[in-house]
Amino acid sequence: MRKHIGMSALALASVAVLAGCAGGGDTSDEASEPVDASGVELTVWVDENREPAVEAAAATFEEETGATVTLVQKNFEDIRNDFITQVPTGEGPDITIGAHDWLGALVSAGVVNTIDLGDKTGEFEQVALDAMTYDGQLYALPYSLEAIALIQNVDLVGEEAPATWDEMIQNGIDSGAERPFVINTAGQTGDGYTMYPFQTSFDAPVFVQDSSGSYTNEVGMGGASGEAFAEWLAANGEDGTGYISTTVDYAINNELFNSGEAAYTVQGPWAIGEYPDVNVAVNPVPPAGDGTAAPFVGVQGFYLSSQSENALIAQEFLVNYIATEDAQRALYEADPRIPAWSTVAEEVASDPIIAGFLASSQNGVPMPSIPEMGSVWDFWNAAQAQIIAGADPVPTWDTMVSDLEAELGG
Amino acid sequence: MSVQHDEAQDLETTSGPPSTSRRGGPSAESHSRGWRGLGWGFLVKLAIMAVINALGLLALISAFRVESWWIFGITLALLVIADIVYFTKKALPLKYLLPGLAFLFVFQIFVFGYTAYIAFTNYGTGHAGSMEQAVDAALIQGERRVEGSPTYPLSVVERLGGELGFAINDGGEVLVGTENEPLSSVDVPTASGAPSDVPGWTVVDRGRLLSDQELQAAVVDLRVPVSEDPNDGAIRTRDGSSGAVYTSTLVWDEEAQTITDTVSGTVYAPNDRGSFVADDGSSLPTGWYVNVGFDNFLAIFTDPALAEALLIVTIWTFAFALLSVVLPFALGLLFALVFNDPRIRARKFLRVLFILPYAFPAFLSALLFRGMFNAEFGVINDLFFFGADINWLGDPWLARGAVLFVNVWLSFPYWFLVCTGALQSLPSDTLEAADIDGAGKFRRFRSIILPLLLVSTAPLAIASFAVGFNNFTVIYIFNDGGPVIPGAPYRLGSTDLLITAIFDIAGISGGVANYGLASALSILVFIVIGLIAAIVFRQTRRLENF
Repeated sequence: MRKHIGMSALALASVAVLAGCAGGGDTSDEASEPVDASGVELTVWVDENREPAVEAAAATFEEETGATVTLVQKNFEDIRNDFITQVPTGEGPDITIGAHDWLGALVSAGVVNTIDLGDKTGEFEQVALDAMTYDGQLYALPYSLEAIALIQNVDLVGEEAPATWDEMIQNGIDSGAERPFVINTAGQTGDGYTMYPFQTSFDAPVFVQDSSGSYTNEVGMGGASGEAFAEWLAANGEDGTGYISTTVDYAINNELFNSGEAAYTVQGPWAIGEYPDVNVAVNPVPPAGDGTAAPFVGVQGFYLSSQSENALIAQEFLVNYIATEDAQRALYEADPRIPAWSTVAEEVASDPIIAGFLASSQNGVPMPSIPEMGSVWDFWNAAQAQIIAGADPVPTWDTMVSDLEAELGG
Repeated sequence: MSVQHDEAQDLETTSGPPSTSRRGGPSAESHSRGWRGLGWGFLVKLAIMAVINALGLLALISAFRVESWWIFGITLALLVIADIVYFTKKALPLKYLLPGLAFLFVFQIFVFGYTAYIAFTNYGTGHAGSMEQAVDAALIQGERRVEGSPTYPLSVVERLGGELGFAINDGGEVLVGTENEPLSSVDVPTASGAPSDVPGWTVVDRGRLLSDQELQAAVVDLRVPVSEDPNDGAIRTRDGSSGAVYTSTLVWDEEAQTITDTVSGTVYAPNDRGSFVADDGSSLPTGWYVNVGFDNFLAIFTDPALAEALLIVTIWTFAFALLSVVLPFALGLLFALVFNDPRIRARKFLRVLFILPYAFPAFLSALLFRGMFNAEFGVINDLFFFGADINWLGDPWLARGAVLFVNVWLSFPYWFLVCTGALQSLPSDTLEAADIDGAGKFRRFRSIILPLLLVSTAPLAIASFAVGFNNFTVIYIFNDGGPVIPGAPYRLGSTDLLITAIFDIAGISGGVANYGLASALSILVFIVIGLIAAIVFRQTRRLENF
């Protein structure tokens, strides 16, 4: 019966694929001669935004090889867990789209295969490849980068990038806006990710990086620098200046900025669509401490299942049909994130907004992808939310750091 | 499939009383038993059972094909039972019960059994598959491309007897080898691209390679050593048309069940926690899930950080569930009494108004209240507290009060409805008797109305307690269990109920996943609710003696 359902789903999906192939460019590669793989079915998990672009590449692939590509649309947030639980049972896909910070969890679950991009390696931005590398092995085909940046209301504070936090706050106050600055704390949950550029400007990275730039398991945000950041957070929190408040979640943040009530905010490229009513400029995040404000760079790409029964053809699809300039451009057009494919990235940098995010990501550091990251976020976000809400900064921060060390050591 | 059962049942039951035209004696038999008169009942049953059997057979064949023996066995058993029940004269009650029982088995007992099974494993992040898959993963992780190795155009070649090999083009020279024979040069005219013609070998057509999964698996696993020295590495292909030199640092010894790191010489042996560990304590990243006995249940009580947070969560769960019954009940009863008084005008209209919060989807209301309780932007502080900065969602006790308020708001109309109905069906002679005996309003309420009301509403109150105990929607939507208890693992918060704590521990919304622990907690919650229901049902039986 299940097989039966699978077949009808496949039929539906092929119809969808055929319907979507109208926009497909010629993605064929001169090096690969047409192969006949009729009867092979490749299952790809993809989220709603990226589906049309992958559909176009899949249509070309189907045309040239006779294979069938079944695209399964899933919620991006669900993919990580579903992939981990379904691949071992043999029900998982051959390929899935995913974020690089899942990599540690995927590797420790043993559900991803390594990938060899061959000569295509040079076409990608190095930071994207680094992010998808775990313990010296490349596990995914990267396709986009993203990093948060300072977004400012041009009509209130102009396009000029403020050099420091204080200068930004001053500009914001001078502009007459109700709030100089607004930042998302995910409500009571806390949002260490959005706050990270300010934290790194106090030289308090989440983990210490070794000489090659890979993260070690040593927590880096303890000690005096971490405490300085915690104190800064408290000073600007609800009991301090109030610029950072746990009453602000993603929706409220965007509403305040879009209505012109706030002059500056820190957000990612995904939020630009939420600001139709204001003219925006995108700049690197100004430092609050003495160091550089380095946001996390997130990379997204395509993972290959370790239990795929079509490993050869899945690799063929990724390397020769997704890792092409046309396919990468189609992915950018479907969901505008900074492309990991260098030439496409240069091409789209003419857009000032993308250029702003690109500049911010060049200051950035890859988000750690160790499997323990899940519990790190839990402790880290919670401590930040408590400090912003008025908890005593230094003890709260130090407790969080020692809890983390216990968790990672144990 | 089981839906069909229902229809079968409906048709049988609606086939009406035994018709008088039947020639049968007093032992009247169902229409569906045999061919009498027009025989419609029998025909319909036959048709429905034929469909069920056809679907069942289809499921059996699919299960057999994909070798899921559990599904095969269960489907077979259900199918045989269905046929026996509906084609024999005996087992009349089962004819009505079977569809329900089948549902119960598939959706409750199976799920419960599976949860219990997971509760005794360490299934979760890092322990997701079988040991075999962990070995696969370790070998994948241990195999690296030799630095500087070029990519060679490659063909898969086959010899008589089906032995597979690789033929590569190394700058014009064609080299061929197999798993056991290192690469050696063959004398063919040099050409660019993958070798297309190798003497003594048949080049495997790529189309065949890609459409034959067994062959594909063999090719993916094939490693052709570059030379006699295994340390030089071996050619592998990932796409069937190009190859590169790889070396593997991890070697799996099937006899000893160990993985050896050939570079450092470290031997990783499997331990009883589902990981490969070395003597120095280091371990390989990928584990597998194993039975850990009662460890998950013990961790709930002994892991200090977890036990403390779970204690807070448990106490709050009981308080929330209890208050979620008592407060709305009291409020609903009050309104029911008030609106039952004939002196109030436009009662019908007012009653409809009071039912509105119940008619509104709970998650939407919870979302609205989340916004209204926002300390800075919410209307509650602005309108009712003169713009005071009361941190409803950030303070543990205020958050508990707020979520309780929301839940009372959502559930009092239910009790209003129930109590209104119960009040209107109270025996008027008893009330009149009380009046004649000179009982005052309060006395009448305490001694007559309330006890009689409780008889009919107590079972609902128990059900409502269980709903409150597992009220995931309101807690999750309103505040996601926040604010977080300082230092608590898995982001457990002050308003988390056990059910949302289980959700957080299972790691469904991100973070670390520990399905074993989450399942163990689910089992405990199930036992607690079962016990409470049993005790309270016993108590309500006593109430009925009034």
